[in-house]
Amino acid sequence: MSEKLLMKGNEALAEAALKAGCQLYFAYPITPQSEIPEYLARRMPELGRVFLQAESEISAINMVFGAAGAGARVMTSSSSPGISLKQEGISYIAGAELPCVIVNMSRGGPGLGGIQPAQSDYFQATKGGGHGDYRLIVLAPSSVQEIVDLTILAFDLADKYRNPVMIMGDGLLGQMMEPVSFPDRSDVELPEKPWATTGYKGDRPRNVIKSLELLPERLEAHNLKLQEKYADIAATQKRSEEYLTDDAEIILVAYGTVARICRSAIDMARKKGIKAGLFRPITLWPFPDKTLASLADKERVFLTVEMSCGQMVEDVKLAIECRRPVYFFSRVGGIVPSPEEVLAEIEKRVAGRCNA
Amino acid sequence: MKLVFDRPRALADVQTHYCPGCTHGIIHRLVAEAIDELEVADRTIGVASVGCSALNTKYFNLDYQEAAHGRAPAVATGIKRALPDSVVYTYQGDGDLASIGTAEIVHAANRGEAITVIYVNNAIYGMTGGQMAPTTMPGQKTSTSPYGRDVELVGYPIRMAELLSTLVAPQYIVRVAVNSPANIRKAKRAIKKAFEIQVNNNGFALVEVLSTCPTNWGLSPEKALEWLEENMIPYYPLGEYKVPEEVE
Repeated sequence: MSEKLLMKGNEALAEAALKAGCQLYFAYPITPQSEIPEYLARRMPELGRVFLQAESEISAINMVFGAAGAGARVMTSSSSPGISLKQEGISYIAGAELPCVIVNMSRGGPGLGGIQPAQSDYFQATKGGGHGDYRLIVLAPSSVQEIVDLTILAFDLADKYRNPVMIMGDGLLGQMMEPVSFPDRSDVELPEKPWATTGYKGDRPRNVIKSLELLPERLEAHNLKLQEKYADIAATQKRSEEYLTDDAEIILVAYGTVARICRSAIDMARKKGIKAGLFRPITLWPFPDKTLASLADKERVFLTVEMSCGQMVEDVKLAIECRRPVYFFSRVGGIVPSPEEVLAEIEKRVAGRCNA
Repeated sequence: MKLVFDRPRALADVQTHYCPGCTHGIIHRLVAEAIDELEVADRTIGVASVGCSALNTKYFNLDYQEAAHGRAPAVATGIKRALPDSVVYTYQGDGDLASIGTAEIVHAANRGEAITVIYVNNAIYGMTGGQMAPTTMPGQKTSTSPYGRDVELVGYPIRMAELLSTLVAPQYIVRVAVNSPANIRKAKRAIKKAFEIQVNNNGFALVEVLSTCPTNWGLSPEKALEWLEENMIPYYPLGEYKVPEEVE
């Protein structure tokens, strides 16, 4: 690990991508992620790497397609409306099984919405977004250090599974400054990519990067192969963190920025004698359902807190299979819930339980 | 016996799906000959588009990528920027390049991206069954312009070679046709030059190739060649629109 640096989330993400060996980055400006392209526009030419500002988010993601197909480590980043524009390309990338990293520093929607933090792109990120049966690996950091760690992991997972990986942050995480350190990656060898289109020299079969398959039997077989891969990812890559869950009578479920606020609310609740805890999914897909389900073995209630009108809460209910009550609290439109608001909700649900 | 005519090495020995009389086959051959003659097949990556040319990933003995509709110049940009020593070309139809892909082609050209673009203009959407394209001729009947293209409603056919030649960065922009042996020879020279511009000059080059679609035009292959000569060439004049000074 290097020395500690004080960095903005967006800039730490950009530097982490460089540490992970990102050779090309394709940009398009949008708030609140523009520090990522601005940082990389300065740094990548210094390192002899490729920074290119595309004419649109659509072109940026298709440049990612080309570069990923050519075997390079490549990234693009945007925020909610721009991520919507990238969905066509993401579907093609998933279909052609290309590794790449896509960052969504999400903001409030729908439509142009606002520029303040939100978590209302959860469905888009975890349930599809583009057309066809495919999955992204979705990583949700909740601190600047975790942005660094998960960005590096994102590149490794993308290559390992030949699959696009999304880093799901929000405007707050992107803008805030925290101390971070970067791992030394100088000895890390990147995997070979014998499937990449680097020019056909006759010493291997021709490499063709495509998602087109007009024969239904072959397209079905391709889909089943993708599903096997997703099952493998789901079996091995679920990640989550728990805070004071052992004795908790109420477990909050939250990710990213909101998980930090929930932690503060839990500390306040504990001081008042309420046994509250936190379950924080780190992978939004695959969702850490089994670990969450095991927490429902004890009698307790769950409170999902999101900056959306109710998206992850569906996965929480599916994981718990209605064995325990699952409540929901949210602020939306770019409003970040305060610890006091969350504490009030904890007190309401715990009191409601005692009264029942 | 001396072999005087053979399949170019860059052209795969497979049957294509193209309709009888379609000129895609000729254009494929010219592209493959240019790649053979420049001896760059082992570092060439083709980019297919959406339309009849979507399947040309199968027809060339080259590494290939298939792009989403209109996005081939962006995909080609990604490949070329990742592998600067490679030779990258897109092969796009008029629906792909001149309609849905206008942003991608304009900006790849404007950046002077070192790629070669083969732009096949047959004035119609072929793969989807003969709908009106931005290049469809005034009055031309298609399945979505059953009364003929009405320029008052949908405007005039778009001349991409002229439009792109107003940009500073592109080095070579040319329009050719493949309707006669003489024009096919000129098309061959233009396609080879467009690859040379990339290989020797690191520049952007685009060859617009006027092509036929007998099936969707409702004409015999021979009549289709005549229709191209009589209707398309007067509106889409052949010739070089932009030439680099040092290659002139």
